[in-house]
Amino acid sequence: MEEKQNSLTFQDFSQSVLKPETREDISYIIQECYKKNIPIEINCLKSKVNIGRNFQTEKTLNLSNYKGIIEYKPEELYIKVKSGTSIKEIKDELNKHNQQLAFEPNDFGPLFKGNHDEGSIGGVISCNFSGPRRFKVGSARDHILGFQGVNGRGEIIKSGGTVVKNVTGYDLSKILSGSFGTLTVLTEISIKVLPKPESSKTLVIKNPHLMKALDYLNISLSSSSDPSGGVFYPEYFTNHFTFNDLTYEGPLTAVRIEGPKESIDHRIKNLCKELNLDLNENLVLENEQSRILWERTRTLEVFSKIKSNLLRIVVPSSETFDVIKQLRPFEPKYFIDWGGSLIWLQLDKINTKILNDIRKIVNKGKGYLTVIKIEEDLKASVDIFSVDPVRYKISEKLKKSFDPKRILNPGKMYSGI
Amino acid sequence: MSTLQMPKVEKSIISNKNEIVSDLEKIVKSENILSDKDELRPYETDALAAYTQSPMLVVLPETVKEVSEVLKYCNGNKIKVVPRGAGTGLSGGALPLEDCILLSMGKFNKILELDYKNRCVVAQPCVTNLAITHAVQDKGFYYAPDPSSQIACSIGGNVAENSGGVHSLKYGATTNNLLGIQVVLMDGTITRFGGKAMDSEGYDFLGLMTGSEGLLGVVTEVTVKILKTPEVIKAALIGFSSIEDAGNCVAQIIAKGCIPAGMEIMDKALLKATNDFCKAGYPTQAEAMMIIEFDGSEFEVESHIKTAEKIAKENNSSSIKISQSNEERLKFWSGRKAAFPACGDLAPDYMCMDGSIPRGKLAEVLKEINNLSKKYKLPVANAFHAGDGNLHPLIMFDASDKDQLRRCEEFGADILKYCVKVGGALTGEHGVGIEKRELMCEAFNNTDIQQQLKIKVALDPNSLLNPGKVYPILRKCAEEGRVHVHGGKTKFPDIPRF
Repeated sequence: MEEKQNSLTFQDFSQSVLKPETREDISYIIQECYKKNIPIEINCLKSKVNIGRNFQTEKTLNLSNYKGIIEYKPEELYIKVKSGTSIKEIKDELNKHNQQLAFEPNDFGPLFKGNHDEGSIGGVISCNFSGPRRFKVGSARDHILGFQGVNGRGEIIKSGGTVVKNVTGYDLSKILSGSFGTLTVLTEISIKVLPKPESSKTLVIKNPHLMKALDYLNISLSSSSDPSGGVFYPEYFTNHFTFNDLTYEGPLTAVRIEGPKESIDHRIKNLCKELNLDLNENLVLENEQSRILWERTRTLEVFSKIKSNLLRIVVPSSETFDVIKQLRPFEPKYFIDWGGSLIWLQLDKINTKILNDIRKIVNKGKGYLTVIKIEEDLKASVDIFSVDPVRYKISEKLKKSFDPKRILNPGKMYSGI
Repeated sequence: MSTLQMPKVEKSIISNKNEIVSDLEKIVKSENILSDKDELRPYETDALAAYTQSPMLVVLPETVKEVSEVLKYCNGNKIKVVPRGAGTGLSGGALPLEDCILLSMGKFNKILELDYKNRCVVAQPCVTNLAITHAVQDKGFYYAPDPSSQIACSIGGNVAENSGGVHSLKYGATTNNLLGIQVVLMDGTITRFGGKAMDSEGYDFLGLMTGSEGLLGVVTEVTVKILKTPEVIKAALIGFSSIEDAGNCVAQIIAKGCIPAGMEIMDKALLKATNDFCKAGYPTQAEAMMIIEFDGSEFEVESHIKTAEKIAKENNSSSIKISQSNEERLKFWSGRKAAFPACGDLAPDYMCMDGSIPRGKLAEVLKEINNLSKKYKLPVANAFHAGDGNLHPLIMFDASDKDQLRRCEEFGADILKYCVKVGGALTGEHGVGIEKRELMCEAFNNTDIQQQLKIKVALDPNSLLNPGKVYPILRKCAEEGRVHVHGGKTKFPDIPRF
């Protein structure tokens, strides 16, 4: 797609919020910031703007006007978009060809705003938070084929392309995923898309205990039934899932099976056998109802408008039970996604000591913890992301290689980076 | 072969060789330091056998601490280091330098943990790719990425090259199947990126290291995810009377939502050569043949095979044969896997290219390759990982004829440039190494390359780790870029290729 020439003037640059429409303007803005040592916040639709550390900048680069689908080739399984394009627009376009973003990006809208807002593709890639299908298809970072962006010197750089197999040079798409806009301003992104499965059904297992639930999930993920989702919701959350066929209000484990219709029934039957379950005592949600359950999981609906704090904990699934057991004194509410590996933990009471204690437990369980939502007055004093001294040092060097004057989202991830 | 420019040789380092050896003997056992000419010979090349160079020394560390101390010592004394796994790489990534220490990871050859609960395997880097599957297959698991050389290539080398394989269309390449690595940086820092937990927090150094061709760190431990073996695997052989029809069939099958586990196309020249070579029952009258494989539950596989069959017929397929047993399925593949030895029968030498293109451009690119074949007056045969657009043209020539060699080199470079022109990539799975180094400017501009070099400098400020690889030295698009095979002999003739 043809880009307009640089259209920003010096006067435009004097504004505090800049909303460029071309990549040349984005490059110009960052070049000016680089020359004048002006830190700048990078954001777009702000659905995830509350995640990360607070930091002060003189200027804001808002990418919401830099949007649009550049190229969509369903038969080549990719879509190339400008970074400010909303996930909604991308999904609507993919829907027309029965395709999808297979990594099911989380929607933080319900948590922060109380209504759905999936934000922009640039934001989704920059945060790299992926939904229930993660353990089967990979996360957002596994679906980027290539990008173009503007580094902290204002230079337009690119890596990758639109083909799936490409080992030419360092895979910079990966390093930018989850970098929270601290290395490069993404401008164009090529994403791998996949066909929607023909059908989906969900086996809902009524069970009260976490240990048993983790056992069910582990067996399911190790079976040849090839599940694409596995969650456990304790009793206090299941009122969010009482709809149509699902009237049961106790703790539930759910396993999603997708694919051609006949194959799903066959796989669910086999899975029940492996789990030693009587299908009559449990429940199978049909296509549309199955979709609702996973949609509510992906969008973190159980945390809709919560006032309390939210932590995202990822551990190897063998550690999940012990980690949760040790977290009980903190009286959390939680649910488990990714077939047992991802714990979303809601805490009414938190302080620096509690967070440090929880982080120790998680680290001992060979996992990591990210603070998603925390009381504002605590935000400045706690670590939002975990990092050890060695990784911090390497991260600092990497940051410098992209953004030597530390102008892009400075301090968003770690103090001093 | 074209002369290859490598980083400047530091004569002062070479003249200090004895002192370096005695310093290294304080770090590793003396029997793990090789310095005699005869001992060094096996290390003078990898599978890009056209280029050879003896290293100054070979060091075989046994522990992570030794790796760290050797690197720290080399960093302090400005000695270049070239890491090496099994040495099966096709782009010269492990080619030594005259003044380097070749760090062979050969002694890191143990599987450390089979963790079925977290569905992963922890292994040392010189464990072979296939050994991982062998270790877990009795429990019904396997490791998905399957480069053709999987019997010999090391898992650490797979990380360095981000290796793919026939199944990467459905299951991804190494980067998508890797959970964590332990790595030693050039300054001796030992660290871990990722682990058994999915995705890591902060910058994705795991993703950056994967495919970095040994320029950023030395991998000392690898954690990969393993998958449950599919219930059913079935393949079909489909003949087409034109390459265009075969190409359209690929695009339409994918667009329909059928993602096969593997999808290969061979052109008439290769089809005939392989069938003569191993009697795989291929439709030799066809202009192109597709092998398509589906895996999953029985119903799923049957339903996909039916769809593929229907689309093939709509695209004027001339024959369709579906495997009725696992034995027959393996026979279908036997010809494809023997494609390259079979080419050895057709000409004294052949050069294998590795370009990546959008699937829909297959017919166009093959037509261009045939035009180039006429222009350079050299025959060509084509194999193609069609599902993911990875093309392996094989140019036949006689290396003893200087003019043929020159024509072959120009022909190869023209193919790769055309791949980039249609929106593809210089290399799909063999890596850049020294082979395609000077062609990088076809894919990237100077700013792109400078950004990548800045990352290199951030982690290795003295540019001592595997220097001279991946990034252009000449800054011109030299006529390089292929694997040269003489008399059907690659460096490891027994390993299946490509």
